[in-house]
Amino acid sequence: MFKVKYFEAVRTAAVIVIALIIAFLIISLVSDQPVKTIGIFLLEPLSTKGHIGNVIEMAIPLMFTGLAVSLLFRANMFNLGAEGIFYFSGVVASVLAIHLSLGGWLHPLAAIAAGSIVGALLSAIPGILKAKWNANELVTSLMFNNILFGVGLYLLNYHLRDAKAFANVSFKFEKTAQLSKLFAGTRIHTGLIIVLVLIVLAHLFLYRTKWGYELRMTGANREFARYSGMKTAKVIILVHLIAGFIAGMGGSVEVLGMYSRFQWTSLPGYGLDGALVAMLAKNNPLSVIASALFLAYIRIGADLMARLSDVPSEMISIIQAVIILLISAEQFLKFWKNRMLLKEAKEA
Amino acid sequence: MNSLLNVILTTDFAFSVLRVTTPILFAALGALISNRAGIINIGMEGIMLVSALTGVIVSAYTHSAWVGLLGAVLSGTLIAGILAFFTLKFKTHIILGGVAINMFASGGTVFILYLLSGDKGSSTSLASKVLPSVQIPLLKDIPVLGPILSGHHILTYLSILSVLVVYYLLNRTPLGLRIRSVGENPHAAQSVGVSVIKIQYTALLLSGFFASLGGAYMSMGYLSLFTRDMVAGRGWIAIAAESMGRSTTVGTALTSLLFGAADALSNALQVLKIPAELIATLPYVATVIGLIIYAVSETRKKNKKLKTTATK
Repeated sequence: MFKVKYFEAVRTAAVIVIALIIAFLIISLVSDQPVKTIGIFLLEPLSTKGHIGNVIEMAIPLMFTGLAVSLLFRANMFNLGAEGIFYFSGVVASVLAIHLSLGGWLHPLAAIAAGSIVGALLSAIPGILKAKWNANELVTSLMFNNILFGVGLYLLNYHLRDAKAFANVSFKFEKTAQLSKLFAGTRIHTGLIIVLVLIVLAHLFLYRTKWGYELRMTGANREFARYSGMKTAKVIILVHLIAGFIAGMGGSVEVLGMYSRFQWTSLPGYGLDGALVAMLAKNNPLSVIASALFLAYIRIGADLMARLSDVPSEMISIIQAVIILLISAEQFLKFWKNRMLLKEAKEA
Repeated sequence: MNSLLNVILTTDFAFSVLRVTTPILFAALGALISNRAGIINIGMEGIMLVSALTGVIVSAYTHSAWVGLLGAVLSGTLIAGILAFFTLKFKTHIILGGVAINMFASGGTVFILYLLSGDKGSSTSLASKVLPSVQIPLLKDIPVLGPILSGHHILTYLSILSVLVVYYLLNRTPLGLRIRSVGENPHAAQSVGVSVIKIQYTALLLSGFFASLGGAYMSMGYLSLFTRDMVAGRGWIAIAAESMGRSTTVGTALTSLLFGAADALSNALQVLKIPAELIATLPYVATVIGLIIYAVSETRKKNKKLKTTATK
């Protein structure tokens, strides 16, 4: 017998099942060998060590931005700026990775620190505008995404570009700047450890500290939080700083962990994906791990499906849209919750 | 500096401003209508993309540009309808709903394009049609004004006409009054018998209608084919234009024109070797500055009011 307290978990599961059914329907319509294709989509990511590695590599940036966005959403800030910050911090870290020469672990540390701090400072701007003058953080953060992308692309094309390379890529990073791999045969890098530590810290911050409590209260009801004596403006700026720091660290870690040059000529999209991860995780730091892994899994599944069958990988964006629409739909399955509430009330 | 003026002070440049403003203006008018009804539709980009692709596909299969346009408008309005259904009926958060629409469109259009043409980049293999451009008799013979105003794409003229239509709709019709009252205070509107949900449905569908005209222009006028992600941020610029124009029809039209000019300038300035990447950020920088000025002045006004009521 299900209880109301499990409602959210059941609902999330229901959404995932519906999304998968839609995926199967699309595959059946499109593919010549639907059963085989669905098999590839569902199971191929687990077939080899390399593919499992791909899933975890893909989950690392999703965990970073998912964590950043879930803290913002927790504070009831609809800020989608992680997208631009992730990109721009990647550029910043690349500058240091190319031009600095430091020994051992100091080099990546310096590059990641620079990317994270720049991310925090950039993120603070929409935060301050919101806290002091109530400027809509959604619009400002979306504008910042485009501005940061433009400036970042300019830096790549005019200051970092390797004219000898045939594509629009930067000079090679110094070997010392690149993050080391954790497991032979995969590209899983030390960024995984960094992000897992970060997630645990964020969990402790949110549920075990006074600041975390203030953040949650401000998110639940800013007016009430203010009347009970909290400085909500400070809380809003603080959560923007932290989220920007995490997103910036994510961008820096991603370029140093996965690439040997900077090569993003469009926004990589991890910021908006972060919103999806945060929603699946119900804005809980620890749940970010599972939801990032899930999203990475279906993405890698779709990539492998595109490579091994006749269905293009872009199918996955349709599935993601369905997940977002249903997960954030308050009324979805509400009737069922109400029925359970009624039943429990009668039993009591 | 001289060469800059030489670029700008030409009828060609003024002509191109109107040309690049068209899709922004359409989408901004759409954003205006939904915003006035109290819902931010950030799915503009996605709606434009879907309608741009549908226009190309339908015109290629029916051999008619006009049927293509109809298909584009229907598909864009349908997407807006889906967004409306989820946000108004299922109470999906409108921002996340918009994110979902954009995510769906950026991948979904490539998916469908690939299935139909075997190409993930562009629709070159589809023999799609283009809507005509129009020479306006008499006007086209006037010096200076003629070359600027005549010979535009038919949708460019329709976009200018739409400004008048939207102005009239919002300010002179009962539906416009209801839209504005729902946006300003839904509870008050509800209490005098206005169906808030119905009005918001209508407003979202209208915003999808206008955005899809902008999308159709992209692939059946501005270019004569569909390429992946061809809307390239114009939906966002439109949202910015609407908020910088402070949700008035005239303001929205003027800021759209401003952004169009900035866009045309960034094309023209490539001659002068000013980095296009930086020029492209100007509309967004302008929007942020505009928002800051607006927000600061609003806060000052509010604080003043608080002070005067406190001293009374």
